[in-house]
Amino acid sequence: MSWEMVIGLETHVELSTESKVFCSCRAEFGAEPNTHVCPVCMGLPGALPVFNEQVLHHAAKAGFALNCNVHHRSRFDRKNYFYPDLPKAYQISQFYKPICENGWLSLQTSEGEKKIGITRIHIEEDAGKLLHDDENGTLLDMNRCGVPLIEIVSEPDMRSAEEAVAYLRKVRAILTYIGVSDCRMNEGSLRCDVNLSIHRPDEPFGVRTEMKNLNSFQSVERAIKAEYERQVTAVEAGEEIVQETRRYDQKTGKTSGMRRKENSADYRYFPDPDLPEVRLTDAQMKAIKAEIPVLPDARREAYMQDYGLSAYAAEQLTSERWLADYFERTVKTAKSAVSVANLLQGEVFAIISLKASEAEKAGTAAQEGEASLPVSPENLAKLSDMLVEGRVNSSTGKKILAAMFEKDRDPEAYAEQNALFAVSDDAVLKNAVAAVLSQNPAMVESYRRGKPTVEHALMGKAMAETKGKADPERLSLLLHQALETPEE
Amino acid sequence: MKAYADICKMTVTELIEALESGVMTSAEITQAYLASIAAQDADIHAFLDVYTNTALQEAARSDERRKNGKTLSKLDGIPVALKDNMLVKGRVCTCASKMLKDFVSPYDATVTEKLKAAGMVLLGKLNMDEYAMGSSNENSAFGVCRNPWALDRVPGGSSGGVAAAVAAGMVPSALGSDTGGSIRQPASFCGVVGVKPAYGTVSRYGLVAFGSSLDQIGPITKTAEDAALMMDVIAGYDTHDATSDATIPTDFTLERYGSLQGKTIGMPSECFGEGLSRPVNDSIQAAAEQLKNLGAEIIEVSIPSIRYALSAYYVLSSAEASSNLARFDGIRYGYRTEHYDDLDELYRKSREEGFGLEVKRRIMLGTFALSSGYQDQYYLKAQQARDLLRHEYSEALESCDAVLTPVAPTVAFRLGDKTGDPMEMYMGDLYTVTANLTGLPAVSVPCRHVKEDGDTLPVGMSLLGSKNNLQALLSIADTYERKAKPNAGIRPYERLKGGASE
Repeated sequence: MSWEMVIGLETHVELSTESKVFCSCRAEFGAEPNTHVCPVCMGLPGALPVFNEQVLHHAAKAGFALNCNVHHRSRFDRKNYFYPDLPKAYQISQFYKPICENGWLSLQTSEGEKKIGITRIHIEEDAGKLLHDDENGTLLDMNRCGVPLIEIVSEPDMRSAEEAVAYLRKVRAILTYIGVSDCRMNEGSLRCDVNLSIHRPDEPFGVRTEMKNLNSFQSVERAIKAEYERQVTAVEAGEEIVQETRRYDQKTGKTSGMRRKENSADYRYFPDPDLPEVRLTDAQMKAIKAEIPVLPDARREAYMQDYGLSAYAAEQLTSERWLADYFERTVKTAKSAVSVANLLQGEVFAIISLKASEAEKAGTAAQEGEASLPVSPENLAKLSDMLVEGRVNSSTGKKILAAMFEKDRDPEAYAEQNALFAVSDDAVLKNAVAAVLSQNPAMVESYRRGKPTVEHALMGKAMAETKGKADPERLSLLLHQALETPEE
Repeated sequence: MKAYADICKMTVTELIEALESGVMTSAEITQAYLASIAAQDADIHAFLDVYTNTALQEAARSDERRKNGKTLSKLDGIPVALKDNMLVKGRVCTCASKMLKDFVSPYDATVTEKLKAAGMVLLGKLNMDEYAMGSSNENSAFGVCRNPWALDRVPGGSSGGVAAAVAAGMVPSALGSDTGGSIRQPASFCGVVGVKPAYGTVSRYGLVAFGSSLDQIGPITKTAEDAALMMDVIAGYDTHDATSDATIPTDFTLERYGSLQGKTIGMPSECFGEGLSRPVNDSIQAAAEQLKNLGAEIIEVSIPSIRYALSAYYVLSSAEASSNLARFDGIRYGYRTEHYDDLDELYRKSREEGFGLEVKRRIMLGTFALSSGYQDQYYLKAQQARDLLRHEYSEALESCDAVLTPVAPTVAFRLGDKTGDPMEMYMGDLYTVTANLTGLPAVSVPCRHVKEDGDTLPVGMSLLGSKNNLQALLSIADTYERKAKPNAGIRPYERLKGGASE
């Protein structure tokens, strides 16, 4: 019997509030170091936290969207530990009475729908950022100190790296849908700790290890696979797994031990005496619930029913709210929803991921979310129609799309200016076919002797003859007719 | 023009009259107090910082305002000083600790803002026990403060410098902080009035935290009337302090009772037993008799859980302190050790060298009380005791207007007498910690003077009331002061050798 992995995730999400969780400093990402700071978030003597009600709203909204029991009363606790990025030497968090508990979300897996339990969601403050610098040693940027976070703790319900990534994608989809976070992993607004153990099915779970601060879907997936392999190898060699925190190294693709449980800090959690109990009234809860839009699962169902999309396509297009919104706006003016879906999932995604990997190589930040798709829905709808109607073929379509990514332009006008419309004039196409047949008598001969595969090669040559602009269906038909017509 | 020593004997109320009638200027008053500090503070050591230049400038500006009929408040031009754990922008705030010896605050505490907005003249910062931990001011990293009534005795603590400065006439009123009696006990030892308002009355923003659920800022003054004037300035809901309480009344204007007819004063039997010194017990009984003669009804009440109060207080205050003082780690501000090889050593040595013995003792105690495996036995038990006390006090206060107890079990003791025995020092807080644990307001009012080893020493009584009734407590105290005349003109500065004399 094989080893099964058991995975639970702790997901840290920065909430997109105007100001920080316990002071009025701005919470935005990317400002000059130590410009969004005040006595409170710098932890100066005498400073006191005051809770930002917008954080309560966002956290409760996330709780409702993740099917949690959202509590009328919750409370802040201090988590005490020393680290230079933590100015007060304690983090304000919710340990004893978190705001949300007992939720779930559902995943589409190869075996159908699967529910993943959510143990709790609690509010906490982010720490600062240490910048290690050869010249100046270690520097501290406190802009991030006090940025509001929610930590979403899942049940150990996942059984593969794919499920873990699908869970994360679903969390991201839901949170971006409800607008409480932008969930940008590259900016650290979505970070993840993975708890992993192995066992034989039907046996109790093994001892788990924790891998902290994974900040891309890819590293989550790779870290899980690497840690699973390590544990299996260890257990099969008769070693015991120890409960510990491990670091995943992206370069080596391996995990290594950081801190054992017996050496782990005693955080000495106790209720923060500076902050009164947090309360949510029925009326507030009702208002927050009313703000929750149609969520990805419901949208996915609708896409399958109303547009005839496959389950896979519908899942992909609803994975992010901006994408689903974009798809719906495009479909409004397009002739075929399926064509729009294919275009988005095929060529559009290909260009976006190409640009992302180029940016990664160049060491610059790739555009994310809506900004990664600079083409207006109206223009994309036009291109989709041109493809459906065969007025451009798919390879020309690619070229036009690339041009549209450079500058959001009307594909009709662009095709016109650059003479990219498909050639469907029979006279022109017949000339091309005749030219190819007369230049390749040997191939024609072998076709007629019973080698139909030659037709493919001849088709390529005929397409080249039209400089790639031929309507492929028409050209193929004319070529076939010419081949089948006996020589006179 | 009056001699400075006469000005320094005046109450805030009298100074206001002098300013309003044009008999004196703020500049004259301020100069008089600066002269008093110059004459006495080398002996007493109440001040850690004196703002001579800016005080005179502020006084001049106040006089200018008054001339133009644009005074900012009744107390415009009155000198004031702060215990050195409240922040003043651009000024050093040490908490009497080596840890913060050079820490310059980049912001004003809310109380500082309020004093400034009232036009009061900041005279400087006052000595205290390090981080407000102590009952004798002997835990100051910058030297002890002495009791103006007898220089070889302690002024009490932790707001020792505050009480000593007011008692000696070096400032007419000053602000202290009270976590377990730190305003009231030194007020009692120095023969002045000390007020611990209900929790949430005065903003804690900019007060360096000790026990966050217990700390309150309050005034020390010569009279209850002056204390009420100061409360009017500093009380009020603050959006920067989530524990400040908007439901507490902020008008402390005294009611001038002709007698205490209709007032009931409860005396908990638990507070008059073992551990209470004879002179203090006699003084409180005598005060009760005086209150009765003024028309008050004296009844017996019972607070059985008072026997848990001291332990609960030391567990909770130390637990909170262990977390509150963690930020002093040598990383961003404050003391940093000179030699260290790694982060761990930087933390360890900075804190080991920066904090004094008592502060470290409390951090250890609090850390232990919160540790996993011990939290249920200590921290949670202490919270339960606190709940019991709250309940018993609110029941007791249904049958009386004020609870009368001693402030401290003894009069001011000699320097060094208790430094070797922290437990004995802690025992002295028995009567004061309950007000902090319950969050209720309490006032320490001088009631008698006793002789001990040739020294004449003041004794204070404590009046504690329900959350919204500080104004009533001060009115009772004021009535007592006016009718029973407990001070009878005795002031310590008249007996200081080389001190202020005409």
